[in-house]
Amino acid sequence: MKAHTPARPVDTIPFFTPGVLVLLGIVLLGGVFGVWRLIKGLGAITNLDDVWPWGLWIGVDVATGVALAAGGFTTSALAHIFHRESYHAVVRPALLTAMLGYTFVALGLMFDLGRYYNIWFPIIYWQGNSVLFEVGMCVTAYLVVLYLEFAPIVIERFKDGLRLPGPFRVFNGMGDKVFRLADKVMPKLMWALIIMGVVLSCMHQSSLGSLMLIAPTKVHPLWYTPLLPLFFLMSAVAVGFPMVAFEALIASRSFRLEPEMSVLTPLLRFTPVLLGLYGTAKVIDMLIRGAFVHLDGSVQSMAFGAEMILGVFLPMGLLISERVRRSPGLLFLASALVVGGVALNRVNVFLVGYAPPFATKPYFPSLGEFAITAALISTLVLVYRFVALNFPVIAGHPRQQQQS
Amino acid sequence: MKTLTRRGFLGIAGVAGAGVALPATAQASAPRPANPNHDAVLVDLVTCIGCRKCEAACNEANHLPPPTKPFDDMSVFEQRRRPDKNHFTVLNRYPGAHAEGEGIFVKVQCLHCVDPGCVSACIVGALSKNEDTGAVEYHVDKCLGCRYCMVACPFGIPAYEYDEALAPRVRKCELCPGKRDEKNGGAPACVSICPREALTHGTRERMLALAAARIKNHPDQYVDHIYGEKEVGGTGILYIAGVPNAKVDLIDLPEEAAPRLTEAIQHGIFKFFAAPIALFGLLSTAMHLFKDRKADPMTSGTDNKDKA
Ligand code: SF4
Ligand code: SF4
Ligand code: SF4
Repeated sequence: MKAHTPARPVDTIPFFTPGVLVLLGIVLLGGVFGVWRLIKGLGAITNLDDVWPWGLWIGVDVATGVALAAGGFTTSALAHIFHRESYHAVVRPALLTAMLGYTFVALGLMFDLGRYYNIWFPIIYWQGNSVLFEVGMCVTAYLVVLYLEFAPIVIERFKDGLRLPGPFRVFNGMGDKVFRLADKVMPKLMWALIIMGVVLSCMHQSSLGSLMLIAPTKVHPLWYTPLLPLFFLMSAVAVGFPMVAFEALIASRSFRLEPEMSVLTPLLRFTPVLLGLYGTAKVIDMLIRGAFVHLDGSVQSMAFGAEMILGVFLPMGLLISERVRRSPGLLFLASALVVGGVALNRVNVFLVGYAPPFATKPYFPSLGEFAITAALISTLVLVYRFVALNFPVIAGHPRQQQQS
Repeated sequence: MKTLTRRGFLGIAGVAGAGVALPATAQASAPRPANPNHDAVLVDLVTCIGCRKCEAACNEANHLPPPTKPFDDMSVFEQRRRPDKNHFTVLNRYPGAHAEGEGIFVKVQCLHCVDPGCVSACIVGALSKNEDTGAVEYHVDKCLGCRYCMVACPFGIPAYEYDEALAPRVRKCELCPGKRDEKNGGAPACVSICPREALTHGTRERMLALAAARIKNHPDQYVDHIYGEKEVGGTGILYIAGVPNAKVDLIDLPEEAAPRLTEAIQHGIFKFFAAPIALFGLLSTAMHLFKDRKADPMTSGTDNKDKA
């Protein structure tokens, strides 16, 4: 096996491609709805009402966004805490995803909050009884940790000479000093940041599951269990590596690099174990609570079935096989199933399984809600591409022969 | 062998962490006792004649916008209504009869829970339970508009100004702070105007006694249940009726207040930050223990540029 190349900016491809233009179009469309929401209010573009106070933005942008950013803390724990050095190649991309993911969680929340300009209030008005308060504080702290963890990558890029153009030249000397100092100080702090990142992640990933415990009479019994926080944590840990594989395989295709199978194949061997633990725990919990009587063919029971079978047990079975883990195509399929399963679980807990009393109609997101969510995801992909093309994030070999 | 050690550690750490932290705390704490001296309102569905005067009084006391249909228009009863941003209380009519005629009328508003989900949920404490009166009050200056209070309320009460772009508010009955009728024993506007004994205001202790007395004196007219005495840990608005609760949308709710579970989990995990600090310690130990394991059986080369 070959030695791992250090991460470096992907400079073999142009930033703009037809796909990038499509994403820009989606961003523009969402931007229009975003401006409309700011001028006209939530009621003008969402299907939210007094019975359905939380919709797509909380279920997908926030809850799913946080879950799928779990690749950041899981790979960082594996590589840095358990010193599995061979996985370093995936740490930086996962860190970048987490950093951008959480940034966009905060951004998505800005659209959802009625008084978005008060988003920082939890920092001054502490309410320790509120699960949401804890989630908010942990996510904020973790966001800071993520940016600090990412700092060395920026430093690495600029420490050997900052070359700002034109009038900014005056800052070059000072900037150099700052970067050199940071280059000395950061490595000494990094261990604490890494552990804090993992601790904060465990805290808010589980607390995100506690959020709906305040509404025992509104959440469908297939999902409502006092163990929701444990299940949210277990599924976040389980989805971490598949999410890393999912995006690594997309990135390698988009950036015309060889897929990093020498890292992904061994990495995903942990996943069947984690999925097995999660799936078994959920089934046992369902049996103990007697919730299986609700598997009655309703929309909720189908969503539950899809989440468990397609999202947990099928990919678990697939990933047990070494052959699947070695094949980029099959590995991508299995990873996508896990990612989709966890995303569906979050949507189920927050939306599909939400059954408030006095509802006269079901909730379905509006065009504007979809447009803004799509725009946020597209922006995230574009920023990821920009950073990967300009900073040392990805360690890969350019593809030899042209593949379609 | 190495693999075994690593797995062993992971297993022990994982089981210890999850096993100790979660199930130990995933149990509700003891119920919060109701304050017998807090304000309460007894709503008597047997005596309510459905005149809608309480709705009108509420509108006036809270300076709400004019209603879509005037308060003497009884056609509103053709639909089931919910309180909303412009109506803190509404009456609904159900099939049956009250003491003086056709229809059973049910007044809906915030129930001023003894252990309110909305207060426990609010991310910044923009909702609070008044220590003197027990009224659940809203402090708009703190609110972010996250609407978690609306998710948390078991009765689906808080309403939101979705059409406000800049400064939307959560809207609900606050038991008329500063708008009480002092001549009438400090009763809220809706109670003060009630022409029958359908609404009575007093301490929770007295209202519970009054409710029990009415049920006892007229066992033929009342179902023997005070709605709100025990539901979700107790409420400040209490109902007695001549028909089973379910028939008039007084929904069946558990006696346990949801905050007992969520707060037990939160405080269990965050007591003195013990769990996070322990996890930090555990992971630091792991980081140290695993440090010498530079070689990895899966791949030979390593990236030497790493920091940790
Ligand atoms: S107490 Fe005041 S605000 Fe509440 S329903 Fe009665 S009149 Fe309206
Ligand atoms: S009825 Fe709802 S809004 Fe009113 S105090 Fe209880 S939980 Fe809060
Ligand atoms: S919407 Fe306002 S009052 Fe309701 S929980 Fe959020 S911050 Fe608190």
